Parts: sequence; C-alpha cells; structure tokens
Amino acid sequence: MDILVNGESRRVPAPATLMDLLGQLGLDPRTVVVELNREIVRRPRLGETQLADGDAVELVHFVGGG
Amino acid sequence: MTNAVITTEFALDAGFAIAGRSFRSRLMVGTGKYRSNMDMVRAIEASGAEIVTVAVRRVDLDRTREEGVLYHLSPDQFFLLANTAGCYTADEAIRYARLAREAGFNEFVKLEVIGDRETLLPDTDGLLTAARELVREGFKVLAYTNDDLVTALRLEDAGCAAVMPLASPIGSGLGLLNPYSIRTIKARLSVPVVVDAGVGTASDACLTMEQGVDGILMNTALAEAQDPVAMAWAMRRAVEAGRAAYLAGRMPRREVAVPSSPERGMLT
Repeated sequence: MDILVNGESRRVPAPATLMDLLGQLGLDPRTVVVELNREIVRRPRLGETQLADGDAVELVHFVGGG
Repeated sequence: MTNAVITTEFALDAGFAIAGRSFRSRLMVGTGKYRSNMDMVRAIEASGAEIVTVAVRRVDLDRTREEGVLYHLSPDQFFLLANTAGCYTADEAIRYARLAREAGFNEFVKLEVIGDRETLLPDTDGLLTAARELVREGFKVLAYTNDDLVTALRLEDAGCAAVMPLASPIGSGLGLLNPYSIRTIKARLSVPVVVDAGVGTASDACLTMEQGVDGILMNTALAEAQDPVAMAWAMRRAVEAGRAAYLAGRMPRREVAVPSSPERGMLT
C-alpha cells in the first residue's frame, strides 16, 4: 500500500501497523510522536493501529529551537 | 555591605514559580542555531538555566537520531519547554502543542503564533484564540507576545501561566526597545512576566531584569556570540545583577548634579 510519511509517499507491505512502520524506519517509538491522519496515536496503541492505503503519517520529535 | 545584607538579598530572590512549579534560575535559554551541539551543551551549562526551549519538527527520515536535541541534552537535567515556533495560525499552534505534550515531559508550552514573516511579530488574535483552547485542554501556556499591555492583560485573563513580551524582534539582538512597556506589563500582571526575544548582550539582559520582570528567555544572543560559552557566563551574571539591582532599588534620577564629597571643609 502507498502511504504518506512526513509528506513523502512510501510503499509499505500490507498489513502493517504504525509500530511496524517505525521498525522499518529504524525509529525508537520512545523518541517520536506519531500522528495518523492528523490524530495523535499514543505509544501504547502504535502496535494495534493498522495502516491503510492513503494514510498520512507524521513522525515528529524535538529539535533545537528558541 | 555586610554579608548579612547579601544573604538577605539572595533570600529575597529565592527564584520564582510558573504554574506552581519553582525555578531558581531566571535565565531560560533556547537550543537553536548553535554552530555545534557541543557549543550548545556547554553554553547551556554555563548559563545555569533550568528551563530550556525546544521545537517540534518532523523526524528527518534519512538521518534520524543525530538531529534530535534530546540526543545531546538530558531531559532529566533540564526542564524542557516546547515551543510552537513557526506556526502562523491558532490551529497550527494547537496542533504543535498537542504533539509536544505527547512527547511526555510536561504540560508546559511556549505558545507562539506568528503574524508577520519579516518581523516575526505575534498575531495577537491567533495567540489569544490558541491560548484559550490550550488552557481549556489543561496546558500551562507561556505566551510569546509583543510589548502591548492590553494583549498581556488579555492573555492573563485567558488563563496563561506566564506572559512573555518581547524586548525586540526574535533574533534581532536590538535589546530592550521599550523599558516602559515592559515595566508596565510587569506592574499590572499577576502571572510571571518573562521577557522573550531581542536581547543581544549582557547589558540588555541586565537592563531588562532591572525593570522587575521575573526572567528572560534568550537563544540567538548565545548561539550567535563568537564564544557562546563566555556569553552564557556573562548573561548568567547579568541576569543576577539586574535582578539584584531591581531588588536593591535604584537611586532617583535628577536633572542636576549633587556632589558626593562634602561641600564643607574646603580650603579658603
């Protein structure tokens, strides 16, 4: 299926959860905050939240700022 | 001056509290724009700051961990204050604040809603809208605003935990442009007033603290100094000196000279 991750399209094998996606990207779920179609998905739910074709995922973290 | 007096002064300045949380250092610092992460960490340590601001941004999927600020800065050592920098609407700022809270450190947010790309001055309408919503959602809102008293009063009414008027535009280093406004805001508000943005060098920080405000937040003044660690050292002392001078109470200004030495006893 095709999804958008941080604004870029990506093809991921279905089925996949958000946790699977983080694993594929090599990201530690404790270091990112995940938004799926503009709704925050809390960490305990990452493993049970299935991705669907056309989903938009945002992965954010803290960077330097003032 | 006796040691007893000095002790009293420091006892008077036992720090301050935002939304019931106490802080000893009145200097808060940002983490942006440093030439290196090592410069950033050493400067922040030299500043003595407890509150450290961070921004929320997309993870760079090509080169992850390197750029996350928490890779360099321990969240156990500092109080992380996430900002909504770069947001131009209330909705956008609310979205960023929620993401920041989800990171799980605290419910504080430095709310910025920018209204103009050239000056980065705040959109006060959007700021008030976002502040009301975030307060309703349980956030402790520290609102970055201009040096306008009426907006500051409205932000306080909206339930903000602190109001953060600017000294001058973000990253400008122009210093404290309107001491009167800042003094008036501090005099009229009950919540803490922390001046945010515009301080360029130590004298700016000292003059700002002499207006009686609760603290200062700065970033570029340290990050763009030729030696950020030395500037952080200077800023820390400038903030302490400005606070102490405010507490000491300055002498009145006069339009005439008054001699410091006795007029009596001069030779004839």
